[in-house]
Amino acid sequence: MISIRNVSHRIGQSQILRDVSADIPDAGITALIGPNGAGKSTLLNLVARLLTLQTGRIEIDGQDIARTSSRDLALKLAIVAQQLGVASRLRVRDLVGFGRWPHHRGRPGPEDEATVAEAIASFDLGALQHRFLDELSGGQQQRAFVAMGFAQGTDWLLLDEPLNNLDMFHARALMARVHALSRPEAPRPRRVVMVVHEINYAAAWADHIIALKDGAVAACGAPTEVLTNPVLSALFGMEIRVEELHGRPLILHHI
Amino acid sequence: MRLSYLLTATALLVLSLLSVLVGAADFRLQDVTADPDALRLLLTSRLPRTFAALLTGASMAVAGVIMQLLVRNRFVEPGTTGTTEAAMLGLLCVTLLAPGAPILLKMIASAMAALVGMAGFLLLLRRLPPAQPLLVPLVGLIYSGIIGAGATFIAYQADLLQYLGVWMSGEFSGVLAGRYELLWLAGALALVAYVAADQFTIAGLGRATSVSLGLNHAQIVVLGLVTVSLVTALVVVTVGMVPFVGLVVPNIVARTMGDNLRASLPVVAGLGGGLVLAADLFGRVIRYPYEVPAGTVFGVMGAAVFLWLLLGRPARA
Ligand SMILES: Nc1ncnc2c1ncn2[C@@H]1O[C@H](COP(=O)(O)OP(=O)(O)O)[C@@H](O)[C@H]1O
Ligand SMILES: [Mg+2]
Repeated sequence: MISIRNVSHRIGQSQILRDVSADIPDAGITALIGPNGAGKSTLLNLVARLLTLQTGRIEIDGQDIARTSSRDLALKLAIVAQQLGVASRLRVRDLVGFGRWPHHRGRPGPEDEATVAEAIASFDLGALQHRFLDELSGGQQQRAFVAMGFAQGTDWLLLDEPLNNLDMFHARALMARVHALSRPEAPRPRRVVMVVHEINYAAAWADHIIALKDGAVAACGAPTEVLTNPVLSALFGMEIRVEELHGRPLILHHI
Repeated sequence: MRLSYLLTATALLVLSLLSVLVGAADFRLQDVTADPDALRLLLTSRLPRTFAALLTGASMAVAGVIMQLLVRNRFVEPGTTGTTEAAMLGLLCVTLLAPGAPILLKMIASAMAALVGMAGFLLLLRRLPPAQPLLVPLVGLIYSGIIGAGATFIAYQADLLQYLGVWMSGEFSGVLAGRYELLWLAGALALVAYVAADQFTIAGLGRATSVSLGLNHAQIVVLGLVTVSLVTALVVVTVGMVPFVGLVVPNIVARTMGDNLRASLPVVAGLGGGLVLAADLFGRVIRYPYEVPAGTVFGVMGAAVFLWLLLGRPARA
């Protein structure tokens, strides 16, 4: 479990997060939703220590992140941040290989190779593995980075808008893959926290939802509790119709 | 990969052999065993000169690629971002204040100034919009222009302009045994960089990825800063700057081999050494028996390649 207690964050004069407390349960996929600028990325970056915690406390499986070494954290949690701005000219396979770096620190062994091969196959990168990153489309780069995060082999995988730039085929494939990896019956179930922009992906695949608005938690709970007409309408400030499909919410926000 | 290593090694060998054979004085390799003068020429002049060119090229190319990864921009090198100018300014100041100081002390003063100059550039970069890759070399050129102007002003006042000229254009004709050995230190720094090759490659992926992989990003930036400033200072103090090596060489290598330094750094170093040695050789034969400085030869070729890199492909850094 990731427990977030009384976390506030400010940059200059603006208060980005206000006294956020939330638990991310040890189950499957937790989706962070909310309007642009709600503070989703900030919260995720604080958990992964990409930003320094100003006030409050964050624990991952009982371990205070303020007192965890960089390497231990890298073995516990991987993050694929939102704006990567790829400038590097690495081959996809090498990039995914760097996901193993916290484990081998420069001397990859056979199990590292195997994990990398598995990640490449998992995220459908076989045909791209020898291509250079800076010659791929945004969506292809995104998949390569997610595969790298997966190869890191951590219990926790944090993904900030991983579906950005993906076409619908690859978006669904990625969600299905992440979902499968996070099931309890998977060989080594991962716990995934992801910022999801397209809310129906959260509705269809997430196990738990945390909604943020204006830097505070607006709602949290199971998809059927959070993804309802009153909650979503208040969250996004517009009237949103919610139907049901196969026992899960279906949000008709586009019409 | 194996092929690039083999090609680099072969080219270096051929160039080194040529470099040992070509020069103003008569020299044949087979005389070395019989003629003590020939041996002395080899040991005091030809070999040192060859090593100096190789070490300068290799270490400058490595410094260039490190800088490009730290800044995450392909169009920078110490000579276009104020680091070289700062190194010269430091050297100028120590020459003014303590003219009799030993060369090692001068080098250290120059390296400190280079460090400050490069750190200043990194701070400046934080204020630039990230989506404008071409702004980075532009700001670098202006920044180095300002520091260079300061150095020129001081040198002019103190009547030391000819020194600046010497430091700015790399030249190997004066290299003799006993006067270039500091460059081995630059070579050693390039080796240290190879040990940290993975860390530099990861740093090139940005801070977020570095932190996610448990890398101490700040520590790598400092290691890079120190390496680049020391290499720059060592080269400026001993033979003078060879412009564009750090810019052109990594770009050429990255096109075919990419940015995975663990694989590409030996080729970057080899190509850097080889090209500088080739420039020096070219300068030796083009107006034989007179010489054109290698820095001038490389400056002309490098500027052309730089322009081609800037204009010849889509603006992506
Ligand atoms: N470096 C920064 N400086 C100033 N404001 C920032 C900075 N980063 C984010 N913000 C502000 O913080 C708020 C939350 O940002 P973010 O966490 O990225 O939102 P989300 O991911 O939910 O869209 C936004 O209003 C944004 O403008
Ligand atoms: Mg965001």
